[in-house]
Amino acid sequence: MSHVNRIEGIGRIRRGRAVRFYYDGRQYFGYEGDTLASALLANGVHLTGRSFKYHRPRGIFTAGSEEPNAIVQLESGAYTEPNTRVTQVELYEGLRANSQNCWPSVKYDIGAVNSLLSRFLPAGFYYKTFMWPASMWMTYEHFIRNAAGLGKSPEQKDPDRYEQLHAHCDVLVAGGGPAGLSAALAAAKTGASVIIMDEQSEMGGSLLASDETVDGVTAAQWLKTTLETLGTYDNVTVVPRCTVTGYFDYNYLTAAERVTDHLGIGNGGYSPRQRFWKIRAKRVVIAAGAIERPLLFKDNDRPGVMLANAVRTYIRRYCVLPAKSVCVFTNNDSAYDTAIAVHEAGGAVTVVDTRQSASAVSVKRARDVGITVYHGYAVSNVIGSRAIRRVEIRRLSDDAQSLVGDPVTVNAQVIANGGGWNPVVNLFSQSRGKLRFESGIQAFVPDKAVAINPSVSAGSCAGVYDTAQCLATGAEAGEIAARAAASDPKPSVPMPQLTKALAADAVNGRDFYVVPANTGAAEGLLQKWNDRGYSKHFHDLQNDVTVADIHLAATEGYRSVEHLKRYTTTGMGTDQGKTSNVNALSIMAGIQQTDIPSVGTTTFRPPYTPVTFGAITGQNRGELFLQARKTPMHAWHELNNAVFEDVGDWKRPWYFPRHGETMHQAVDREALATRQSVGMVDASTLGKIDIQGADAAWFLNMVYTNAWLKLPVGHCRYGLMLNEHGMVFDDGVTTRLGENHFHMTTTTGGAARVMAWLEEWLQTEWPEREVYCTSVTEQWAVAAINGPNARALLESLTDEDLSDESFPHMSYKSMKVAGLDARVFRISFTGELSFEINVSARHGLALWEALIDAGKAFDLTVYGTETMHVLRAEKGFIIVGQDTDGTVTPFDLGMSWIVNKNKPDFLGKRSLSRTHTAASGRRQLVGLLTDDPDTVLPEGAHLVEGHVRRVPAVTQGHVTSSYMSPNAKRSIAMGLVTNGLDRLGESLTAQLMDGQMIGVTLVKPDFLSIDKSPETKPEKGQ
Amino acid sequence: MKPYSLWSLVRNGISYDKDWQQAWRSPEPKKHYDVVIIGGGGHGLATAYYLARECGVRNVAVIEKGWLGGGNTGRNTTIVRSNYLLDESAGIYEHAMKLWEGLSQELNYNVMFSQRGLLHLAHSVHDMQEIGRRGNAIHLNGIDSEFLNPQQIKKMLPIINLNCRYPVMGGLLQRRGGTARHDAVAWGYARGADDMGVDIIQNCAVEGFDIQNGEVKGVRTSKGLIGAGKVGCVVAGHSSVLAEMAGFRMPLESVPLQALVSEPVKPVIDCVVMSNGIHVYVSQSDKGELVVGAGSDAYISYSQRGSFDQIEHVVGPLVELFPLFSRLRMLRQWGGIVDVTTDRSPILSKTPVKNLFINCGWGTGGFKCTPGSGHLFAHSIAQGEMHEKAAPFSIDRFNTGALIDEGAAAAVAH
Ligand SMILES: Cc1cc2nc3c(=O)[nH]c(=O)nc-3n(C[C@H](O)[C@H](O)[C@H](O)COP(=O)(O)OP(=O)(O)OC[C@H]3O[C@@H](n4cnc5c(N)ncnc54)[C@H](O)[C@@H]3O)c2cc1C
Repeated sequence: MSHVNRIEGIGRIRRGRAVRFYYDGRQYFGYEGDTLASALLANGVHLTGRSFKYHRPRGIFTAGSEEPNAIVQLESGAYTEPNTRVTQVELYEGLRANSQNCWPSVKYDIGAVNSLLSRFLPAGFYYKTFMWPASMWMTYEHFIRNAAGLGKSPEQKDPDRYEQLHAHCDVLVAGGGPAGLSAALAAAKTGASVIIMDEQSEMGGSLLASDETVDGVTAAQWLKTTLETLGTYDNVTVVPRCTVTGYFDYNYLTAAERVTDHLGIGNGGYSPRQRFWKIRAKRVVIAAGAIERPLLFKDNDRPGVMLANAVRTYIRRYCVLPAKSVCVFTNNDSAYDTAIAVHEAGGAVTVVDTRQSASAVSVKRARDVGITVYHGYAVSNVIGSRAIRRVEIRRLSDDAQSLVGDPVTVNAQVIANGGGWNPVVNLFSQSRGKLRFESGIQAFVPDKAVAINPSVSAGSCAGVYDTAQCLATGAEAGEIAARAAASDPKPSVPMPQLTKALAADAVNGRDFYVVPANTGAAEGLLQKWNDRGYSKHFHDLQNDVTVADIHLAATEGYRSVEHLKRYTTTGMGTDQGKTSNVNALSIMAGIQQTDIPSVGTTTFRPPYTPVTFGAITGQNRGELFLQARKTPMHAWHELNNAVFEDVGDWKRPWYFPRHGETMHQAVDREALATRQSVGMVDASTLGKIDIQGADAAWFLNMVYTNAWLKLPVGHCRYGLMLNEHGMVFDDGVTTRLGENHFHMTTTTGGAARVMAWLEEWLQTEWPEREVYCTSVTEQWAVAAINGPNARALLESLTDEDLSDESFPHMSYKSMKVAGLDARVFRISFTGELSFEINVSARHGLALWEALIDAGKAFDLTVYGTETMHVLRAEKGFIIVGQDTDGTVTPFDLGMSWIVNKNKPDFLGKRSLSRTHTAASGRRQLVGLLTDDPDTVLPEGAHLVEGHVRRVPAVTQGHVTSSYMSPNAKRSIAMGLVTNGLDRLGESLTAQLMDGQMIGVTLVKPDFLSIDKSPETKPEKGQ
Repeated sequence: MKPYSLWSLVRNGISYDKDWQQAWRSPEPKKHYDVVIIGGGGHGLATAYYLARECGVRNVAVIEKGWLGGGNTGRNTTIVRSNYLLDESAGIYEHAMKLWEGLSQELNYNVMFSQRGLLHLAHSVHDMQEIGRRGNAIHLNGIDSEFLNPQQIKKMLPIINLNCRYPVMGGLLQRRGGTARHDAVAWGYARGADDMGVDIIQNCAVEGFDIQNGEVKGVRTSKGLIGAGKVGCVVAGHSSVLAEMAGFRMPLESVPLQALVSEPVKPVIDCVVMSNGIHVYVSQSDKGELVVGAGSDAYISYSQRGSFDQIEHVVGPLVELFPLFSRLRMLRQWGGIVDVTTDRSPILSKTPVKNLFINCGWGTGGFKCTPGSGHLFAHSIAQGEMHEKAAPFSIDRFNTGALIDEGAAAAVAH
């Protein structure tokens, strides 16, 4: 097929550049500058899809982002994109698109049987059936799900790249039509930094399809000059193909830019596919234009029924006359421009105007060129299904409530449907601005902005429809915005309103929305059977919601706007009801015999048009998604075959298998070697907080349960932190480096939580206290050496005296280790003699390698977190978050010694005395020994009384830690057991889901023979 | 009430759908009711329904300040499950699950309760310990639960990226878990309650209480004083506000919680997937939209919208776990105000005011308990004493410390 509908003219296409594309497998040609929509229309293709519910044939309805109908599956494989609006796809060489939601083809679609049954499938029918038999619902649902759903998700990973961008400006202009451009220009002249964005491929908005004279020149010329002028300002950024999608508090806006989509797949070079903007604008000018709303009549969904403005756009911008004969159906003056455009393009045109008369300039002009105008008429019937063959019109009664007289046949294959305009108030409404209903133009317009989101709306999104007024309001808005931004950088007052008054009857419309239901004789039997009256007047094209559905909702009591929406699904499609919302309100108002504002309006939710998840994610994917934290020694671990474990955001070595060892074998080796000679673990991930200030000791005394005021300088102490409920929340060793200076350690996973907790108390409860907390986790690299030979190893790298007298357990020294400045803490998490050597992070690897070298003499073994857990469990040391879960008090852990009852207060103290918290019989931490020493209990297993398997059964508690201990030469475990500390020696059974029953005995959690070294005191270091 | 059926659709279809009954009336309030329920969300409507249906209390009004179901009931991501860790929780959520299983038939309203299975993913050793403990606890409580290994997960969910950041190590599946149609739940209960004589009064805000000698006698509303023998307050995110009107404080924080949906696509994901490890949960609605739950803001607020960073924080993990969703588009985002207790368990309780009962604190996860909560609350109000299954959830637990700390112990939202 050739360009049957292409006409002479310049428009915005480049005829020298033919572009090949495929639709439903068939090859076509278009031009550069075409959209997929204009190219399809040029080739005479109107039928582009099937509707959601009834599978009715549908075509291109609009020329912009408000398109409800013509959505396709773009491309295939990894690049496929469902539900893509053909009106927004710029044509590129080789583009492939397929119709969706139809089978076997868009022309012959089996699903269309739904249409025959439509009479029994009114809004919400699914709430009333599919209930019998109850067991069948999952089967019904399966079919419902497959029938629903429009396009298909890709099945492969997205190969494209995306990015996020932060931007700041004085004035953000949303929309690049005449109002937006003149706003940008006016703001730029004041020196303000300006960003102007428009969702279309080029700036200009309505000017791109205008034959008007603007400021004495053609629209195209004005546009060119204005863009050139804007180009001369360094303080202006012009961003086409960019939709401002969200307006959040404090003038925070988001925008989605389609950077390389229009180049075709794989042609983006180094640029991302899409860019997601996050913008802080001191002031916002909303110049988002207006969307035409259709009149509703029977079979108004046929391919070929288009918005009047869209028809004009296709003619003037793309040089496509969608059909040789066009019927313009309208209730206002603005659609006459379309009639004239069709006429000038050489088409035959008939105007059907619901008004009894009209006298505007454009109306006169239409008559003068000889266009036939039917006044007081309405479209009563559309003949044709996959395409319009002809149109029938009938006279409206005086009250416009019924159709009278015989139908008149109009020869037309396209109906240009213009029922007035809806200002795009979405962004303004998202900013929580209040809307006002202007009855003169039958539309919601912006009223008052809120103080924290100062914006001003200009041009047709403010209900100002004529181009000269758009330019004027735009310029005024730009100026106001720039001045306000300069004088009041932090938004605090609403923006002044525009002085230009709204031209109330700018379109001189009649508040006419719905053509009365046709009960005439012209219909066939089948049609009559199916027409419930208004059941073929579609107001939401995508979701197949008819005027009858709204009547039904009203009958059944779903009258509030939100009930109406949810019950009928009107406005819930991918177009979010851009062309249907106000119509739905007007119908409901008509039924309730009230006005539109009394029915209300729905909340406009972001985004304005759908945004890919890819764009929102930006560069935060793959390696950059929740970036892994790695210690300074990470490279060594990798070289030495470490298997890593994710702990918080950290990658920690889990174990270091040698020569094909299993995890179990590696851990056995590591754990034995540590107790026999010396082992080393990378402890850099421990949370570290530097605490300074005159009240630092007081502060620690409040956040820990034990006493801190008298801790001597140079000494360390283990502490437990409780939350408000008196439950253990974190633990760690903190060291007094100086009188008012402490080094706190926290658990690896709890570091951020503890920091936030400390800050919360300091900032909200104790702001008068002088305490400064700084996270230094990443400033220090830590190697912890443990075992009988730890001292000898350290001695080989330092001159410092490490004897018990000079450097006792739980103390700290600053010294040189391997020539590096180090803070060394003698603390232990294994019960062995142990030193934690902290050096500046950049020296971490050097320290580690020095220790490895020196360690050769002592058979030093490096171990990972699993061995660390085994070693501490052998001594019964707890891990907060594993052996505790936020419901465990220090007493439950058998650690009453750490709660100082004499302190006047500490966080959590009061809660410890609550009746339930202080009662006996709580879950308490005990050791667990399995009857069979070779059986390792699964962590998370629950314990029950007796040996007989029962479900349901009462749990006595659960296993928190469980390992095979090479040093104890058997399995060991700990668990929280009801009243456990009083039940030592008792037997319980672990009842597993898979049927196993494992007998255990409750014991004290100390699994190695008692020895007398100071490190076995239950104080720990990690 | 004329029952709904396939036949009723045909019959009404033939009569051009003009004769459908209204689902509920919109009456003017009477002077006095035996019980006034404040809040026309799912929980309030269910309470009224069971009061009338099972407790013989039919002189009941539900007073709703906006449109019914417009609170969190109409804003949630509709996940239903009963695989809770603690016995008290298992008690009420499983109670609800059993009611869900016959709800469409009981209400004669298809609430589209879809037991498509709910899968919790474990991404770390710690997660594995958590699902291990919870899975076994659920099992001991006689509720269905299964552990899955990564291969089984892949089989069930071929599109998942097991080797994501924090690779998937295992999963916990509750096959009886799934989703339901939130609006239908509110409407179904409203229709059922109305049929038994309950007055549902919309667009009527409670502005104060009539309390005499420590006993509630009625509520002051925008439509005047309404007398009440007993009052049940079921207003979710606004519970603290109502409690203040009645002169006491609630241990609640109200924060915005957000959710979003994608454009509809053909079925790609057949169960509900929840990942605590990387913080996302997703299911696909019958209409084809991916329904994705985001986090709650760190700051308390009553504005029904959260900050955009929460949306980013959930879309990232979504794409990480399901890289093929990257080209799909976010269609709509919204927020609701959730009432969060410190132990993340609800409050079903008497209050310091006699005959004033409160049901709140469901926070981010109360939709699933709508039938159970309404049922237990109705019986408690009718008896004047909290039902045995509801009793552990009294306000008093915050004084005694007998918390039901799902938050700390399991930390699974929703
Ligand atoms: C984004 C989001 C996702 C969620 N996801 C899930 C999920 O997946 N699964 C799950 O189980 N739960 C989920 N939840 C939680 C769930 O929605 C709620 O716990 C549950 O719906 C609460 O129901 P309700 O009836 O108590 O409250 P609501 O539905 O909020 O009803 C309370 C009603 O009280 C009314 N009211 C308030 N003040 C007054 C007054 N002064 N006078 C009269 N009426 C008043 C309100 O208008 C409202 O209609 C989610 C919540 C949110 C916000």
